[in-house]
Amino acid sequence: MEVREVASWDKPVPAGGNVSGEYWAAAAEGRLLIQRCPSCGARQFYPRLVCATCGAEPEWEEAAGTGVVHTFTVIRQNGAKPFSDELPYVVAIIELTEGPRMMGNVTGCSPEDVTVGMPVRAYAEKIEDGLAIPSWEPA
Amino acid sequence: MADRTPVIAGVGLSDYPKAPHLDATGHHVQAMQRALADCGARKQDIDGYATVGMLAGDEGPTLAEYLGIDHRWFDTTMTGGSSFEFHVQHAAAAIRDGMCDTVLITYGSDFLSRMGRVLGTGGFMQRPQRVTGPNQFEAPYGNTLIGAYAMAARRHMHEYGTTPEQLAEIAVGVREYAGLNPMAMYRDPITVDDVLSSRMIADPLHKLDCCVTSDGGGALVLTTAERAKDLRQPPVYVLGASSAETHWYISQMPDFTESGAARCGPVAFAQAGLTPDDVDTIQLYDSFTITVLELIEGLGFCGKGEGGAFVAEGHLRRGGRLPLNTDGGGLSSCHPGMRGIFLLAEATRQLRHQAGEAQVPDCNVAVACGSGGWLSCISAVILGREHP
Repeated sequence: MEVREVASWDKPVPAGGNVSGEYWAAAAEGRLLIQRCPSCGARQFYPRLVCATCGAEPEWEEAAGTGVVHTFTVIRQNGAKPFSDELPYVVAIIELTEGPRMMGNVTGCSPEDVTVGMPVRAYAEKIEDGLAIPSWEPA
Repeated sequence: MADRTPVIAGVGLSDYPKAPHLDATGHHVQAMQRALADCGARKQDIDGYATVGMLAGDEGPTLAEYLGIDHRWFDTTMTGGSSFEFHVQHAAAAIRDGMCDTVLITYGSDFLSRMGRVLGTGGFMQRPQRVTGPNQFEAPYGNTLIGAYAMAARRHMHEYGTTPEQLAEIAVGVREYAGLNPMAMYRDPITVDDVLSSRMIADPLHKLDCCVTSDGGGALVLTTAERAKDLRQPPVYVLGASSAETHWYISQMPDFTESGAARCGPVAFAQAGLTPDDVDTIQLYDSFTITVLELIEGLGFCGKGEGGAFVAEGHLRRGGRLPLNTDGGGLSSCHPGMRGIFLLAEATRQLRHQAGEAQVPDCNVAVACGSGGWLSCISAVILGREHP
C-alpha cells in the first residue's frame, strides 16, 4: 500500500506492545499485515500472541490491501479534538479480500458516496519513524 | 428441605434522572436503603454482594467496605450495561448452591451531574496519547460509542431492508410509557417523524434513536423462596438466566446483525421451560433503537431479520402483546452510564403488579435482557410470578 508522510498527527497513537508494534512498523513500509495460524489455518485481525480459534501461535501474512466496506457510519458528532474539527467523517469496517475485518476511515470521496460493498484499497499515513496508520479510499 | 429457589425480594431506585445532591456512592447507599425498606430485609442479613462501577477497578471492595457488607459471596463482573444481569445469573446459582442466602446488588452513578462539572475543563483528550491493547486498532479512526451501534444498524438495514422508520417506532413506543412515569427525563409524546427529523449523530442513528444521559442507581435484594416468605413483597422467581460474549471491541463483532442474545436467549428459555410466546413484557437494554431490534431477534420474539416489520406492527407498544420498557427505558427515562439494573427493577415491578398505569395486564413472565459494551456482552434473565 502507498505510504504518505503526514506533517502532524494529533489523533491517538498506537502504543504497539506484544506483536502489535510489528504491524504498525510494517505499515510504515507499505505492508498491511494480518495473521494466519499454521496449525488450523484461521486468519485473524487484530494481531495477537495467540490464534483466537485454536490457541496455537499465529504467523504474519501480508494482505493485498484490498477489500470492501462491510458496514460504516458517518460521524457527525464527536467532542474530542482533533476529530471535532474533521466532522463529518466516515468510520468503516473493511472486510479484507483475505477475510478478516478491520476498522478504518474511508477518505477520498464524499461521505455520502460511501456504500456497503464498495471496493476500497488501503494506504498508510506515516506519523513517525516506524509507525504508519492504515486507512482506506475507493478502489 | 428449605426451598432455595432464587427470588428477587427487594427493589430500590435512587433519585433520577438528575440528582446533583448525590455522588455515585450516594446513589448506591440510597438505592440499598430503599431496597431493604421495600422488602423488610435487614442489612445484617446480606451475605452476598455484587456491584460494579465505571471508574476504578477497586470500586467493588471499596463499596462493600463503605456499606458494611460482610460477604461470603462476591461478584464484580464488569460487562458494561449488562453487568447486573450477569450478577443475577451468578447470584441465582450461588443462592441455589447455598454459597450465600441473601444477595445485594447495587449500582449508582452521577454520570449526568459529573459531566456537567467536567465539560470544558479538560475532560476530553487534548493531546496525543499512546493507546494500548486492542483499542489501538480503533482509536486512531475517531469512532464513537454511537458510531459502533450505527454500524450495526447500517448492516442490518443492508441485509434485511430494515428502515429508519422501523427503528424510530421503538423510540416512539418507549416514549409513550415514559409519559406514565413522573420521574422520566422526557415525557412528551413523540412521532416517527420527530425521530427522523432529529439531528443525525452517526448515520443512520438520529438523536432520538439514542438513550438519554442521566444520574441514577438501583439495588436488588435476592434471596431464597424460603426466606422471602418472611419478607414484605411477593417474590419474583428467577426462572432462567444465561449470558454470552461475542466480542468486546466493535471491529471484532462476528455478525453485525446478530447479538449474543441468539446464544443466551434459548439457553435461558430452556432453563425456564418456557418459550418466547409465554412472555408478557420485555425490559430490554435500549441504549439505542438498534440494540432493542437485535435483542428481540436474538431472543426469538421474531425471526432473524424480521425485527423491523415486527416492531412496525406495534407489538412492543402499550396495548401490544409484548410491551417494551414500561418505565420509559433508557431512551426516555434514565440512563446513568449503565442501565441493566433498571431492567430487572422494572420487570420486578410488573410481576408484582405494582406498575400502576403502566401495568401490563395478567403479567406472569418477564424478560430482562442487558447489552453491554458494543452489543458485546448479552445476558438474559427470565423472571416469573409463579413458583417454578
